[in-house]
Amino acid sequence: MHKLLTDQPGKKLFLLGNEAIARGAIEAGVAFTTTYPGTPSSEISLNFFQIMQETDLYFEYSTNEKVALEVASAAANSEVRTMCIMKHVGMNVAADALMTLAYVGVKSGLVIVSSDDPYMFSSQNEQDNRYYGKLSGLPVLEPSSVAEAKDMVAYAFDLSEKLQEPVIFRTTTRLNHSTAPVILGEIKQRIIKGDFTKDPFNYVTVPAVSRKLHVKLLENIEKAVKISESSKYNFTVGSGTWGIICNGVSYNYVLDAVKDLNIEDKVKILRIGFSHPMPEAVIKSFLKPCQKVLIVEEGEPYMEEAVKAFAQEEGLALTIKGKGERLFSRLYEFDPGLVRQCLAIYLGVPYSPPVLPDLSDVPEIPQRPPNLCAGCSHRATFYAVKKAGEGMETICPTDIGCYTLGFLPPLSMGDFVICMGSSVGTACGFSRATDKKVIAFIGDSTFFHSGIPGLINAVFNRHNFTLIILDNGTTAMTGHQPHPGVNMEKLNYDGYGQVSIEAVVKAVGVPHVTVIRPYRIKKSITAIKDALNYEGVSVIISRETCSLYAKGLKMARGKPFFVSEKCKNHRDCINGLACPAFFIEDERVKIDPAVCMGCSVCAQICPENAIVPLKEIT
Amino acid sequence: MKTTRLIIVAVGGQGNLLASRIIGEAALHSNIPARMSEIHGMAQRGGVVESAIVFGDAESTIISDGEADVCVGFEPSETLRALKRCNSKTVVITNLAPLPPFTVAIGRGVYPDLNKLQDLIRAKTARLIAFDAVVLAKKAGNIMAVNMVLLGSLIQTATLPLSPESVKEAIRKRTKTAFIEINLKAFELGFSAAKNGS
Repeated sequence: MHKLLTDQPGKKLFLLGNEAIARGAIEAGVAFTTTYPGTPSSEISLNFFQIMQETDLYFEYSTNEKVALEVASAAANSEVRTMCIMKHVGMNVAADALMTLAYVGVKSGLVIVSSDDPYMFSSQNEQDNRYYGKLSGLPVLEPSSVAEAKDMVAYAFDLSEKLQEPVIFRTTTRLNHSTAPVILGEIKQRIIKGDFTKDPFNYVTVPAVSRKLHVKLLENIEKAVKISESSKYNFTVGSGTWGIICNGVSYNYVLDAVKDLNIEDKVKILRIGFSHPMPEAVIKSFLKPCQKVLIVEEGEPYMEEAVKAFAQEEGLALTIKGKGERLFSRLYEFDPGLVRQCLAIYLGVPYSPPVLPDLSDVPEIPQRPPNLCAGCSHRATFYAVKKAGEGMETICPTDIGCYTLGFLPPLSMGDFVICMGSSVGTACGFSRATDKKVIAFIGDSTFFHSGIPGLINAVFNRHNFTLIILDNGTTAMTGHQPHPGVNMEKLNYDGYGQVSIEAVVKAVGVPHVTVIRPYRIKKSITAIKDALNYEGVSVIISRETCSLYAKGLKMARGKPFFVSEKCKNHRDCINGLACPAFFIEDERVKIDPAVCMGCSVCAQICPENAIVPLKEIT
Repeated sequence: MKTTRLIIVAVGGQGNLLASRIIGEAALHSNIPARMSEIHGMAQRGGVVESAIVFGDAESTIISDGEADVCVGFEPSETLRALKRCNSKTVVITNLAPLPPFTVAIGRGVYPDLNKLQDLIRAKTARLIAFDAVVLAKKAGNIMAVNMVLLGSLIQTATLPLSPESVKEAIRKRTKTAFIEINLKAFELGFSAAKNGS
């Protein structure tokens, strides 16, 4: 049985934040779950995918976050408790659905998990999604700890049903990827089917209906303010005339700092866990007796703006600070030391920072950036494209996935990326606005997620570029989740269809489509050259299973290669491909047979044919 | 209860996260408050994996620069990189078998000299335990047991509020049946290595 289904209330488990969130949903009787995978939220949905195999829970990997939220909103309006999971930038994709869903509302609980990523451990930006609460009018809940996250999910479902609105459950990477003991609660019975009651004058958002629904939304926000005022998740600890208002993981750093600085008798802390709408009366009464107040929040000054506005309304003249010089930054994530220091500075408390070791005599340590895996088919494709495009002036928009790493030298394939699917749309623009040859890269899962509309645009507007679809048969970057192009039957999962990338590309009217096997370097270069020389939209589908995935599935791999004595040390292999299976020993290139996947790409490009399969010497 | 801050640094694939989970599990069953966090964004693609475990009365799950009481490095250059997390009272345990990053292979970096690396760490911290954990892992029967070897050394230092028995029990619980004996042997070998003052 899946560990998150353990039916022993009171039992203590050591859970990852994401596991605690999934468990919280299970305890709340969630019956319907949708997602598009994205770090740091991915383990929540992975657990649902696993749980679905042994229960009647419905889970799906949707093609993108907008679709995931649309699917979820229908379920929640059919009286089924639903959770929709995405990373923070996924919320941008889902935003179109979100904004009007807030007007329409839900019948059963819908919790939308938005996992924000301060410091951008694995994201393209560090936007603060609490503003989505303000923008849409929906409630926002933010846990501070793993254990609280589990309990807060159940509260979120109840809140959603009370208000008949979706609730945004906002986390940050640090919470998603922290692990702590969690006490299990009772599991509520799942109700997997409901009914949809027709009510077009409340569901069909033509202007006349929406004008009425917006009034309802504003009334709901007023109701939500009242609930926020008395919510157990907005609470005060300690007493004193110095006030600290904080949220999320910052609350933990504040608690530790107040103890370390020995100012527990001088400080009272207001922890905001229900952050939209803000609990106005709670904050105003918190501020009144305070001499000075510090707001501790990662990201934007979301609470700071609100608190300052409340103080102004009350005519309070106390100092309120948060973001600013020698205080907190909008950048990156906080840590206990930083919070301790800012508290000491702002409150004028004596403080001796930890004595950091003097590192002036430590030599520069070589960087260890992530790299495409040994035998990664993307490396082969990038190499072939680079060779095929030699002599051309090119611009290479790329996209979001493992292959973004192709922008690093020596491959250096990737000039522009802003969001999922942007390779195709920006290729349209670059090809019109410049005279350079545009070669765009997109992965298979990203193509399904948001690459198709850009491609249709290219065909309709007669743009001129080559799109390389890097089809490695999985959503590799986030942990090998399936996508619509995956043959699920082969993985022993029933009940799935399969969409052919080739058929889609042809159906939208791309006139020049070629499928290549990137490990065959010469053939690939020839096919890519043809595509590059084509005037108009051309597509290359470069198909080879992700090597890491293949290893996980125990698929047959090639024999490892080795560098024979024929090697004249040109180093085209290591310098051109930078495969991590290579290493240098005694000034010679060697291949680590334990790492080599036997893709043979280096053997094909060696000018001396010096790289040969290991078996030939044994 | 006194707060103890442990940081573990490794390269993707070295089993840092399993070692951390075992420590967490042992703490849970010994009723020792413990919380941890991990950064493993691109671990499978050869990046650095870092976990922080905080024992005792603290709420934070991360450790600021200069504030680690104990630092375990699964790879020597990564231990050196983590030196900024340490202070003059930190106990450091490091594997001495290098996994040079790819930047070294393509000439964009020089791997630090292992003797100098140890001298530097020794000079800036309270104590350094350094040995080749890969040799001991192989001796235990599996090169992948480097994590258990280092876990054994860590527990021997008695810097954590965990008994060897509780950790061994967690190893039995959290590892696949086929690897339990090897892992326990690796743990013992690491424990002895630290005891013999490597």
